[in-house]
Amino acid sequence: MTTLLERPTAASAGPVVDKRVVRRRLGPGKRIPFSLAIGPLLLVGLWCLLSATGRLDPRTLSEPWVVVETARDLIENGRLQDALQTSAVRAFAGLGLGTAIGTLLALVSGLSRVGEAVIDGPIQVKRAIPTLALLPLLVLWLGITEEMKIVTIALAVMLPVYIHTHNGLRTIDGRYAELAETVDIGRPQFIRDIVLPGAMPGFLLGMRFAVTTALLSLVVVEQINATSGIGYMIHLASSYGQTEIIVVGLVVYALLGLAADGLVRTIERKALAWRRTLG
Amino acid sequence: MATDAGLTTGQLEDRTAVRVERLHRSFNEAGGVLNGLDLDIAPGEFVALIGRSGSGKSTLLRALAGLDRDVAGHGSIDVPDRVSVVFQDSRLLPWRRILDNVAFGLRGRDARRRGEEALAEVGLAGRERSWPHELSGGEQQRAALARSLVRDPELLLADEPFGALDALTRMRMHILLKRLCAVHRPSVLLVTHDVDEAIVLADRVIVLVDGVVSSDIHIDLGERRSPGDPRFASLRTRLLAELGVEDDHEAIDTQDRKAAS
Repeated sequence: MTTLLERPTAASAGPVVDKRVVRRRLGPGKRIPFSLAIGPLLLVGLWCLLSATGRLDPRTLSEPWVVVETARDLIENGRLQDALQTSAVRAFAGLGLGTAIGTLLALVSGLSRVGEAVIDGPIQVKRAIPTLALLPLLVLWLGITEEMKIVTIALAVMLPVYIHTHNGLRTIDGRYAELAETVDIGRPQFIRDIVLPGAMPGFLLGMRFAVTTALLSLVVVEQINATSGIGYMIHLASSYGQTEIIVVGLVVYALLGLAADGLVRTIERKALAWRRTLG
Repeated sequence: MATDAGLTTGQLEDRTAVRVERLHRSFNEAGGVLNGLDLDIAPGEFVALIGRSGSGKSTLLRALAGLDRDVAGHGSIDVPDRVSVVFQDSRLLPWRRILDNVAFGLRGRDARRRGEEALAEVGLAGRERSWPHELSGGEQQRAALARSLVRDPELLLADEPFGALDALTRMRMHILLKRLCAVHRPSVLLVTHDVDEAIVLADRVIVLVDGVVSSDIHIDLGERRSPGDPRFASLRTRLLAELGVEDDHEAIDTQDRKAAS
């Protein structure tokens, strides 16, 4: 339906009339400020309400204030920091190793036909096997060690990095390579100035998946056979029915994930400034 | 056309910047795109190459640019050492700022300064730090021109460089290109499908039909060329006829009727 609006604007003194034809809005309309925070806050509010009225059994889920208190205790006696440090080291070591391997393989496979023939096939096979299914084998090979945990995370992280970087490389516009040929640059400069920046968007997309994958793998390796770290803390708490510690652990995992994702996004904003649109 | 003061002997006047002899190129077994083409371009000469789509214009240009590695064929090509190419798209690297695009591949300590000068020459001074996407289509193409000229080319190859621009911008680019060529005096091979553009810019217009030069016309309309000039109009009619376009609606109607029957 078409409506006819006639409304004087208050801003100016003169007889300015804003007369327009307005159609009924079908889209969702304007954004609500801080809309992202509203849902989580409502959930926490509901949690408080249910706990305060006793509807929520502490054995199912501890009261929010108990969780906060527990977090403070865990920080005061240093357990949380220790666990966090152990977990963070594992996650970032695995992430770093996996990213390095994935990027290197993607470059070799993307830049040479021989490399592609040798590397791409095994990666696609590896892709079909969930990395976590390799755990028994990795435990046999490396034992229940830190190396095993880091290698598991690295193996999982390698895939998204490889796939997206490789795809980024392969989708670089061939016209840019042609241009590079006309300005007479060598292969090293071609790689530095065309290939790497051209593959950067793909690489960073891969990194965002990689961060999530690293965290997922971290959770698994820590819960199966660890004696330290956030996952171990949660696992132990589960045995004793301490839901408040479990919640603290989950919050820490969430913070780790958010921090890592934020880091990648910051790098993305800096590295891809050229992609930013005018709007 | 200005003459080179350095040329005194008859022998030197014979030299050519570009010499193409019996050039064959084909993309499949069925038939060649270039069929024994011969072409000479003198130093500083501006040659426009027109032809219908599929006539082999771009194939020839790419052969001269050394970009037809995988195309079958034979024949001989001589080009100068310094060859620059301007493409239909500006082909600015989106991840490099304008100055870095212009100076891309330049060696030496004064690369940036030369890039800045080239940008100033095409009227883009002050846009050094812009990203390519922040420039309009015409500005991007001017930056591409700066990138090709900063290399001080002896031969400038341009493949429909203004084809994607609007008519007004294109006219301004014609003036700019003419001025730049007068200063730098490279040999130019401009591929275009725009007959007017060819007549406005070139010293010589070459029509390509079925992979060979079907006519080679010197343009002697002086420096200021206006489409209002009757000689301009007759040249245009002639060139269009060469391309198989009759400047006559009846002829087109007849063709349509023939095609329909």
